[in-house]
Amino acid sequence: SSQNVVPTPVKISLINMLSETGLQVIEATSFVSPKWVPQMADHTEVMQGINKLPGISYPVLTPNLKGFQAAVAAGAKEVSIFGAASELFTKKNINCSIEESLERFDEVMTAARAASIPVRGYVSCVLGCPYEGKISAAKVAEVSKKMYSMGCYEISLGDTIGIGTPGSMREMLTAVMKEVPVGALAVHCHDTYGQALANILVALQMGVNVVDASVAGLGGCPYAQGASGNVATEDLVYMLNGLGIHTGGDPQKLMDTGTFICNALNRRTNSKVSQASCRL
Amino acid sequence: QESQASGLPEYIKIVEVGPRDGLQNEKVIVPTDIKIELINQLSRTGLPAIEVTSFVSSKWVPQMADHKEVMRGIERHPGVQYPVLTPNLQGFHSAIAAGATEVSVFGAASESFRKMNINCSIEESIEKFEEVAKSARNMNIPVRGYVSCALGCPYEGNIIPAKVAEVSKRLYSMGCYEISLGDTIGVGTPGSMKRMLEAVMKEIPLSALAVHCHDTYGQALANILTAIQMGVAVVDSSVAGLGGCPYAKGSTGNVATEDVIYMLNGLGVNTGVNLYTVMEAGNFICTALNKKTNSKVAQASFNTGTI
Repeated sequence: SSQNVVPTPVKISLINMLSETGLQVIEATSFVSPKWVPQMADHTEVMQGINKLPGISYPVLTPNLKGFQAAVAAGAKEVSIFGAASELFTKKNINCSIEESLERFDEVMTAARAASIPVRGYVSCVLGCPYEGKISAAKVAEVSKKMYSMGCYEISLGDTIGIGTPGSMREMLTAVMKEVPVGALAVHCHDTYGQALANILVALQMGVNVVDASVAGLGGCPYAQGASGNVATEDLVYMLNGLGIHTGGDPQKLMDTGTFICNALNRRTNSKVSQASCRL
Repeated sequence: QESQASGLPEYIKIVEVGPRDGLQNEKVIVPTDIKIELINQLSRTGLPAIEVTSFVSSKWVPQMADHKEVMRGIERHPGVQYPVLTPNLQGFHSAIAAGATEVSVFGAASESFRKMNINCSIEESIEKFEEVAKSARNMNIPVRGYVSCALGCPYEGNIIPAKVAEVSKRLYSMGCYEISLGDTIGVGTPGSMKRMLEAVMKEIPLSALAVHCHDTYGQALANILTAIQMGVAVVDSSVAGLGGCPYAKGSTGNVATEDVIYMLNGLGVNTGVNLYTVMEAGNFICTALNKKTNSKVAQASFNTGTI
């Protein structure tokens, strides 16, 4: 969601650098119509241009069957679909109800199953919605259960506007863990209110062991102009290293990758670890 | 209810260090009347303790040269404590003369840090504080003790928890009613916080402990969460995250009071503090300093037009 469209070679370099950092999963692009998301218009070139290292997964977003087919044709071996725990959010985003959005994804699931392609499911607005406000934990559990039953191997629970705190995270996970095994859960925390690492810590304490993050904290919040969005991978790895939790991620290589993309985007990093390390 | 169910303290005391620790580490010298106005605004937020200034030589800390005027100029709200730093007996007497009713002394868990900061050993500095503590005891003035470098030192690197426990115990034994454990360079993580607190809790009762986390590596809220999960019920923070890190130029220092309160509110923990009014005070001082807030909550709230 960076404002300037990033040139294809820069994207490819970024992903190639990330492939050298020890990370095991790198979300490469989105097979969505360029009319909606101009930044992802070069999805085919990116998918075909990156080095695909063995042992690393390069999932791509596929909002519908057409996108799925284009993704597979371009060499994708894993795809992701997006649901939401908020009716209003779904209506504003893709002009249909949650139920209807999941029906659309059924086509993708069927095709993916036939092609033996794993599908990751995202649930947005799990700790709050920019339109509806509070979101009930039961609703998050319901949507997660549906997507898991449809065949998603993993459900990434997204605090889309970063509004959650360790309290609401605990409440939400408690509800979801009744319906989906914790081994199939991931958290995708935004740092818009500075709560991301604390929220991730609680998730880890409850047994979640998959965490989404973005190098240099790339990606602001479209619902709070100028505010930060994704949690920075560098800061997350710093915390996990301090906890003695193995991630495989090399902190220096991550910071170097962050420096590369920030220079290319002509912007400051959102990673505090990176900021502090440059100055010492 | 919610906080008790998760084993957290029901109430957490926030010690606001913005006017002292925060401003001391800001480059711009703030006029006396602005400092007084900031403190007065903070007094109306429900904060139970506001660190006002430091009775240190203006040669060392020019930002705090107006300590007497600030101490005498602020409104004193009932139920709010206004501690001041007193590095030695001279500072202590000056503080009392200016109307202070609570003082703080600074220890450190690192010899090198002590030497680089005030050119003496930990032992020598503790002897100085003993003089202050003795005078304070005679006058019924409560003394708060700080331990710097509790999770790491810019010169020594790793600091062993046993050393933190030892220095904390010394300060507590000389009469400090509370020990604030400071992650001075923000290098700590929930792992090192837990180990350090486990060692200190063997020597000091939990109710006498506070944490003072810096956010230089973005770890502050996670570290504070860990501390309160272990029962710590006093947290230091700085409005708008005032006060950069003198050891990592351009990096952040103090954790922002707004972000701490946001988290505690979400956890169902009572602080007595009105987040909205703290954000307003933060906005006031950032405007006066002509700088952006370091509080993500304030940034997000101003940007969504919630404010």
